[in-house]
Formats: sequence, C-alpha cells, structure tokens
Amino acid sequence: MLILTCPCCGVTGEETEFHAGGEAHLKRFGPGSSEDQFEEYLFMRENPKGVHFERWRHVNGCGKWFHAARNTMTLEVYGTYSAQTHTPPQDLRDRISEKVPGWSWREFQ
Amino acid sequence: MSTRLATGGRLLNKSRALTFTFNGKSMKGFEGDTLASALLANDQMLVGRSFKYHRPRGIVASGAEEPNGLVNLGQGGRFEPNQRVTTTELFDGLTAKSQNHWPSLDFDVGALNSKMSRFMPAGFYYKTFMYPRPLWKHVYEPFIRKAAGLGAAPKDRDDDTYEHFYAFCDVLVIGGGVAGLQAAKAAADTGARVMLIEQTAHWGGRAPVDGGEVAGKSVDNFVDETVAALEAMENVTLRRRMMGAGVYDHGYVLGYERLTDHAPDAVGPRHRLWRIRAAQIVTATGAIERPLSFAGNDIPGVMLASAVRDYVTDFGVSPGDRTVVVTNNDNAYLTAIALKNAGLDVPAILDARVLPTDSALMAQAKSLGIRVLMGHGVSKVQGGKRVTGVAICSQAGEGSVLEEIACDVVAMSGGWSPVVHLWSHCGGKLVWDAGQAAFKPDVDKAPTGADGKPFVTAAGTASGALLLGDVLADADAAGKAAATAAGHAPAKGAAQAPDASHAPEAPMAPVWLMPQGAGIALRNKAWLDYQNDVKVSDVQLAAQEGFQSVEHAKRYTTLGMATDQGKLSNINGLAILSDSLNQPIPQTGTTTFRPPYTPISMGSIGGEARGDVFQPVRRTPMHAWHAENGAEWEPVGQWRRPYAYVRSGESSHDAVMRETKNARDNLGLLDASTLGKIIVRGPDAGKFLDMMYTNMMSTLKPGKCRYGLMCDENGFLIDDGVVARIDDDTWLCHTTTGGAERIHSHMEEWLQTEWWTWQVYVANVTEQYAQIAVVGPKARKALEHLGGMDVSAETMGFMDWADGTLGGFDVRVFRISFSGELSYEIAVKASQGQALWDALMAVGADLGVMPYGTECLHILRAEKGFIMIGDESDGTIIPQDLGLHWAISKKKEDFIGKRGQERSHMVDPTRWQLVGLETVDKSTLPDGAYAVAEGTNANGQRATEGRVTSTYHSPNLDRGIAMGLVLNGPDRMGEVLTFPGTDGKAYKAKIVSPVFYDPEGEKPNV
Repeated sequence: MLILTCPCCGVTGEETEFHAGGEAHLKRFGPGSSEDQFEEYLFMRENPKGVHFERWRHVNGCGKWFHAARNTMTLEVYGTYSAQTHTPPQDLRDRISEKVPGWSWREFQ
Repeated sequence: MSTRLATGGRLLNKSRALTFTFNGKSMKGFEGDTLASALLANDQMLVGRSFKYHRPRGIVASGAEEPNGLVNLGQGGRFEPNQRVTTTELFDGLTAKSQNHWPSLDFDVGALNSKMSRFMPAGFYYKTFMYPRPLWKHVYEPFIRKAAGLGAAPKDRDDDTYEHFYAFCDVLVIGGGVAGLQAAKAAADTGARVMLIEQTAHWGGRAPVDGGEVAGKSVDNFVDETVAALEAMENVTLRRRMMGAGVYDHGYVLGYERLTDHAPDAVGPRHRLWRIRAAQIVTATGAIERPLSFAGNDIPGVMLASAVRDYVTDFGVSPGDRTVVVTNNDNAYLTAIALKNAGLDVPAILDARVLPTDSALMAQAKSLGIRVLMGHGVSKVQGGKRVTGVAICSQAGEGSVLEEIACDVVAMSGGWSPVVHLWSHCGGKLVWDAGQAAFKPDVDKAPTGADGKPFVTAAGTASGALLLGDVLADADAAGKAAATAAGHAPAKGAAQAPDASHAPEAPMAPVWLMPQGAGIALRNKAWLDYQNDVKVSDVQLAAQEGFQSVEHAKRYTTLGMATDQGKLSNINGLAILSDSLNQPIPQTGTTTFRPPYTPISMGSIGGEARGDVFQPVRRTPMHAWHAENGAEWEPVGQWRRPYAYVRSGESSHDAVMRETKNARDNLGLLDASTLGKIIVRGPDAGKFLDMMYTNMMSTLKPGKCRYGLMCDENGFLIDDGVVARIDDDTWLCHTTTGGAERIHSHMEEWLQTEWWTWQVYVANVTEQYAQIAVVGPKARKALEHLGGMDVSAETMGFMDWADGTLGGFDVRVFRISFSGELSYEIAVKASQGQALWDALMAVGADLGVMPYGTECLHILRAEKGFIMIGDESDGTIIPQDLGLHWAISKKKEDFIGKRGQERSHMVDPTRWQLVGLETVDKSTLPDGAYAVAEGTNANGQRATEGRVTSTYHSPNLDRGIAMGLVLNGPDRMGEVLTFPGTDGKAYKAKIVSPVFYDPEGEKPNV
C-alpha cells in the first residue's frame, strides 16, 4: 500500500486512490514497424530490481495520469512527475543518482 | 489429572462461574478463563487429533502459538472452525467441539494412520499417489479431499456483523507487554500521537507471571501505573484484544480487533479490521518458547514450560500433579519454582547443559528440594493419550535409559525465539544471535518507507533482549527513536526507563535433538510440527533427498504449513535441516514470514461490504417504474437492467417470448439509458476518433450516425457503439452498458499519455441523459402521436439524428436500430426520463406497446446477426473474426489495433469465423458448447472446430438460433456440426448466415 503524491493536483494519497499503469516512457510503434519493434513496444518490460519508472493514474481523484520514480526493492519513492514528457526530469535523475550511484534504466541513467 | 487449584489465578474472577460444553459435555469455568485453561481445569487435556496420523493432541501452549487446541466453536450462524482454545476467552454458554476425528475424540479410526506412519514419510503424497495414473482421479483424490482440512466449513450465513476502521498515528506500538508499554510511554511523552495495541485482553504480557521488580516494586505495579499514565494522555489510543495482523508498504498496518468474541451477547460488530497508517511502527511482539525435540514430545501432557507456568499463575490450574521439567536454559526453572510454590510435585529438572557452577535460579530450585539432573534429557516420553512418565538419559548419548520417572506433565523449554513476524512482513531482515540460538531483527536492515528510511523498530524481547532491565531500556530507546523519526524528538532530560531487577540467568545451550545421538527409532517419534505431523526424521529425509532450500524442504515436508504457520516448529525444523546439510543455521535461513500473524476472520476482511451494500447499484431514472411493472433484474456492470417484465401467471420465459414477438409485430420500449455516452470535442477530435475507432469518424457529417468498433493495441475488439457527429468540433460516442467508464478511461489515457498536444476534451455524460428505444413497425406512429418534430422517412433517414421537441419534451432523436426494426432512440435530460417514458406508454396504448428487457434485446439482435461485446467477443477476438471487415478502414494509416491485426496469427486463415447455427431439430444449442472434429489435439483431447457464442429460442422464427465461431465457417454453409452438451446429448446444427430474420433489411427501411 504505497503512498504517492499526484503532481497534477498535489494530493498525497494511498495506493487505493491510484491505479498502476505499468512501465513509463514506452515508445509507441504502429503500422510500418518491424515485428521486433512491435514486440518490444507491446510485450517487453524492464521488471528491474531497484530503480523503476512507472505510470500511475489518480483514478479516484483528479483523474490525471502521472509518472513515478520508485525503487522496487526498498519501496522508496524518488518522486512523481508529469506524464507529458518523454524523459524523466534531470533534477529527479540527479536525486536518484545521489542515492543509487551508477543506476541505469533503459536509456536513462 | 489436570485440575483447578484452590488458590491462585491472577486473571480469574472466581465470584463468577461460567458454564460451557465441550463435545456435548457440560463443564464449569470462571470469568477470566481462556477455553484452554477451563478445559484443563476440567481435566480435558486431550483436545484434538493431528492432521496426518490422527495422533492424540493436547494443549501445548497458552497463547497465539498453540498448534493443537483447535476446535469448532459455536453453532448455526455463529459456527466457526479452527478456533484456538488458548486465545478464546471463556463466556457463559460457549459450545466447543473437537476436530479431525471419527467416530469420537477418544476412539478414532484414523489413528490407524499412525501405525502406518512408517509408510507415510515426508513427501509421501508426491511419491504414493502418482501411479497408476487412473487411480488418482477415482481413488486418491476423493480420499485426500475427504481427509483434508481440520475443522468443518460453516453451513449457515454468518449472523454477526463486521466493520472497517481507519486510523492514523505517528507511532504505532504493537504489543502491550512491558516493552510495548514502555515504548508507548517514551514515544507519547514526546507529544507524538501514539497508538498501542495488544492482542490479548491483558496488559503486561508475560512479565507479571515471570516476576521481577521495576523501580523497587513488583512488575505488576509498573504495568498498572504505566497503563494509567497512558490512559490519561490525550495523544494516546489504547486498544486491547487487537492484533497487529500485518505490516505493509509505507507504514500501512492491518489491526484485527475482536470486539465481542468474549461477550457474544454484546451489541455491535464482532470484529473490526483497522487500516492504520503509521509514520513509525514499534514491534514489541515478545518471544515464543521453543519445544525440545525428543521422542514422544507430542503426547498430551507435554507442554511448553512457560505455558505450564501461565496456567498455574494466571488461571490457578494445575496441568498435572507431577511435572518433570526438561530444559536447556535457566528460564524454565521458573516453572519448577512456580509449581513447587503452588504445592505441586516436581520430581526432577532435566537440564541438558553442563555448567561449572549453579546459577541463582538453579540454587533456588535446589533449595526448594527439587532434584536437578545436569547433562540429562528425555530419552522417551511414556504414555498414549496422556503422559505417564519419562525415561531419562544423558543428553550426550544415544538414549540409553538411565531411569524412569512417573509424571503426568512434561514441561519443556528449548529457549526463546523473538517474534519477528511483523518486522519481517515488509522486508525487515534477520540476524542470527548465537547466544540465544535465535533469529532476531537486524537493526541495520529495517523495512524502509517512501522516504527510503526505516519505519519499523523492534523493542524488548522481540528485538532480542531477554531480561527485564534490558527489555525496558531497549523499549525506551525504541519508543524515543520512533517518535524522533516521526518528527517528535524527546525533550532534553526526558525520563529514562526505570531500573529493573530480575534473577540473573546462566547462558542457554542450543539443543536441537534430545539426546543428541538419538537413533532413528527415537527421531521417528520426535515431533517438530504437531499440527501437520512433521517429525525430525521427515526433515532429515527431505535433506537426504536433495531438498536443500528451506522453502523447498518446508513444502516437501509441510513443516510450518498448518494454521499455526510453524510458530513453534520453524526454528527447530531449520536447525535439523542445517544439521543434515552440515551447514550453519544462518546459511539455511528462514522461510518467509507472511501476514496475517494469526488467521483473521473472513467476515472482518469483508467488513460492511455484504448484502445490499456489497457494491453500489446504479439505477436509471425509470428504475422504480420497472420495479413496479414486474421487472426481473439482470446485473450489467453495476447497473440493474430489466431482464423481462413478467406479468402475473407468466414465466420469465413466457414474458421474453411475448416481448420479442410484440417488438416485431407492434411496438416495444427499451430503457437504453445505461448505454455509455461520451462527448469528444475539440479541433483535433476527428483525428483522435480516427485513432480510437477502426473506421473513419472524421468524415462523418453533422446530423449523421455511424456504427464504430474499438480495439486495443493487440487488435482485439474491446467495444462497439453508434457515434453521432453533433457539430464540426463535437462527436457523441455511444458505448456498451458496461463499457462507459472503461472506454472513457481508455480515451483519457491516450490523450494524456500519448497525444497530449492534441486539442481534445472528453466527458462521460452517460448519467446526464435518459434514453429510450422506441422499436417496431408502429414506432413512427407513436412519435407522431406525441407530436412535434418531423420524424418521417423523408426528413429523418436511417442513421440520421436531430434535436427537436416531441410531446413538449426537448429531445435528441437518433434513428438507429439494434433490433432490425424501425427504431428511434430518444434522449432527454435524465430528469425528464420517467415523464417521457410515461408519455410513450400512454400514446402507445392503442398501438400495443410493451416494454421489453435485455433478454428480448438479445434475441432481437441475434435474429439479425448483430454481435454483442462479451458474447461474440471475449478479449481474444478481432473484428475480422466476426465478418466486420466493412467497419475497418483501409484508408487510414493508423488506428489503435491496426498494427496488432497485421501480426501473423491475426491474419491466419484458420482463425475461427462467425457464422449462424441452425439446429436440425429446431432445439436450442447449449451456450458455450464446442463443435467436435475428428481426431485429437496435442494434449490428447478431442479436437474441436468451433464454439457457440450466442444461443436463443427465437419466437419469431419458432426455432433455436445461434451464432458461433467455426473453422473456415463462412466457406462451409450448409454443413452440419455436432455439439455435445453437458446433458449428454449431441446437438446437430447447420452452418448458415448469421442473419436469420429479414435478411434483405426491408423492415426498418420504411
């Protein structure tokens, strides 16, 4: 029962107020993409032990989607940020680096 | 014999006698008794039978760790199996029955299993029941299922009520022993909001039984004063009879409060499940004494030394006249001393240790005249349904009997294990304490919260401190640390833990097997897990057979898998496993501790959510009218829709047939308000809908409607409905009844997370409108009777919509049809829904109007071959399977699902295709039936070539009609397939077009 803060409305609530939406920063591949690209987009996920970027929706609240940077082992939440971005914000990545030196997640580090 | 003593009984109110029954026999106890102490007071040591061998089982413990004393409690709507006698407070009129025996507790046929135990070692299920294969289904499985489970399942609906509570605090202290009290006091003194919960009815834990002094006075005094001080503090909440069931992520704790178990006549809910959010948690959960592993240690009368002490001191009960104490530590001497002081006989203390000098407790025991034998142990316990004596031996030897001592109780102590369950639930790690031979919390590896910092602190014996002074100092530090972490640092010069004194104890010595060289005959009778019948020999066999991981060995032997979850057996078991594997215990590690700490009632988990308030029910504006006019309800999502309007003297089938014929012959009204209505608006709305739907929506003209399909990225069909273009920037999308919220979220997700620069708003307006379908050849006449806007074929063609007035109502009329009849769907403001319905019923009176329900709707659409989401689709169906190619745009470069539908499996020509199915004898096909083909599939099962997706009796065609998915179906028109039913009949059906009724579509075209 995680506690998260919605960056859109500012409410801090517990997991029952939110809905998890899987891995963040997926790149959509549509018609014209190769089998490998489409498989990667539709099925392949990071499932890391450690730093993870996830999509969440404040479903029983403002209804907005947002992203969360979280540690799957320690359950630490490094921060939440807007879903309208292709990369995690630099200050958040710096904050994670301070706590977990040398981390990397897909193309981010 | 066990009996009530003339004196003693710290927790009893002897002025109030209570009557209860055990296996129908009336017995007496006192207020303050547990069922266990009352049974012992009535000489009822034998309380049940073990799971596998049906061995006689007696009370072993005095608390939550009890593995044997499980009973069926109560009757009728208050019946509950597997209730622990040690945690059941006695009340007047309690009824209990023992479990897992036939025909009686004293004489049990299943006990023959015990004679067969040589043939039922660890993993015997896996080995024995594998071959020959056919025997599994017909002999082994039925037998095992019958034998499985201890108590009986309740048959009646639960008479009690339950509720959920929510609570928030800075520091939650779990456990109300002396450590919990001290930790709570230290935390509360900082001003932090503190909650202290205790699973039993009493504060102080076992300290009052074990004795000692705090600040120069008896420990009872300290308990009373601290409770009084805490009760006087406004920032403290105290709850007894409330267990910390589990610790979860980010300081979430489930508390399980038993409100009326001890007073069943009291008003109010029986259990309360607390959902607590704590900034910091202190686990002051104490420790559990370990049994010793010697032959016959499961015979009734062999008990934990601490439990024997509890029964004497707390309940004034003598478990037996003569007690032999067997121990590897000083603590058990307290039991011998307590028994002696109560006037009972202790023929000997068998101490497995060899110590150079007598400790203080030893000297005290000797001074009371108790014979102390150092370096000795039990070779074997004598007796069957009750201990009659012990054969003693040297601990260092192989069990040669030196002497036999008559006794009726054996009080054993193998040392103490801190209760680390709650610490471990959310990831707290453990460290091996070689001095105490126990796992204790590793303070450097606590569970961490949202900020990455520890949020659990163990206190007192739960953290490994054993003696009173150490316990209080440790708990004081824990309380202050937790308060500080929660933002409430103690003031300078804050009070320290009071001084405490307690008899010093000599170090314990680990003993995992008694005697240490016990041969197989003894090990085969040395129990680890009493409830599941796991012995030392079973764990050794598992190790020998290669089960090296503690988790594997647990599952192979079932050690610790009973309802007590191995509270007594786990450490002893993994010590035996480690020994067999020749590795140190910390290397073997423990199995995972999972919540709840002890079983909690299903009722408490459900809370208030049962019956009418199980989930919210959604009602349309016309719901009450439907109810008054014979509606039988069908749940569709959270909505209730009329299945049919049943008239008096009619069956529901009759009603459905009548409604279906009438809609085709005259005039039907359907409450279509539940269909989802989503407004999509903005400069990019057309572009967006072209991505959402498989067909083109951007080209739809204002004033027109178009049927659309929605898929997910896999290409699978997820919803369908009619889309109307309202103006240049606005579309109205209809969804299925169950789909409105889902599709609205689906749209929001794509807009917010993928195409966030597109200028589109979506709004779910489903409940803002009531919608009524006016269906049948007389539909237009009905609207003309209402008067108002022109609904003629010339002005309003098929798939047109228009705003206007009808009968004085502001309406939006869609000329669309899900029935194949002339049909108008009329939307009004929700507040006008009932009035419009009444007006339509009035003008329809001369036209033969009848309301119709969902089953009629289904038959009408099936007669026309229209698909239904959830019948023809099931999450693995693409529109192409259903012959809906015409609704999939070939012009669009992209839409959700387009790429998915290009995958090789989706374009496979052998995908089953939608067809109509017509039974040869006009009967109705069974729903979900499969068409069988020649041969077998890869699993050796009968091959199939199709299945039924919708099936009804059509009153208009007077025959069974069905739709189904069939291999190469559209190319096999006229072929007859065979559908075996679960009724044993084989149904024959011919492949036909799915459009059964009015194939030319002439009826609505008027």
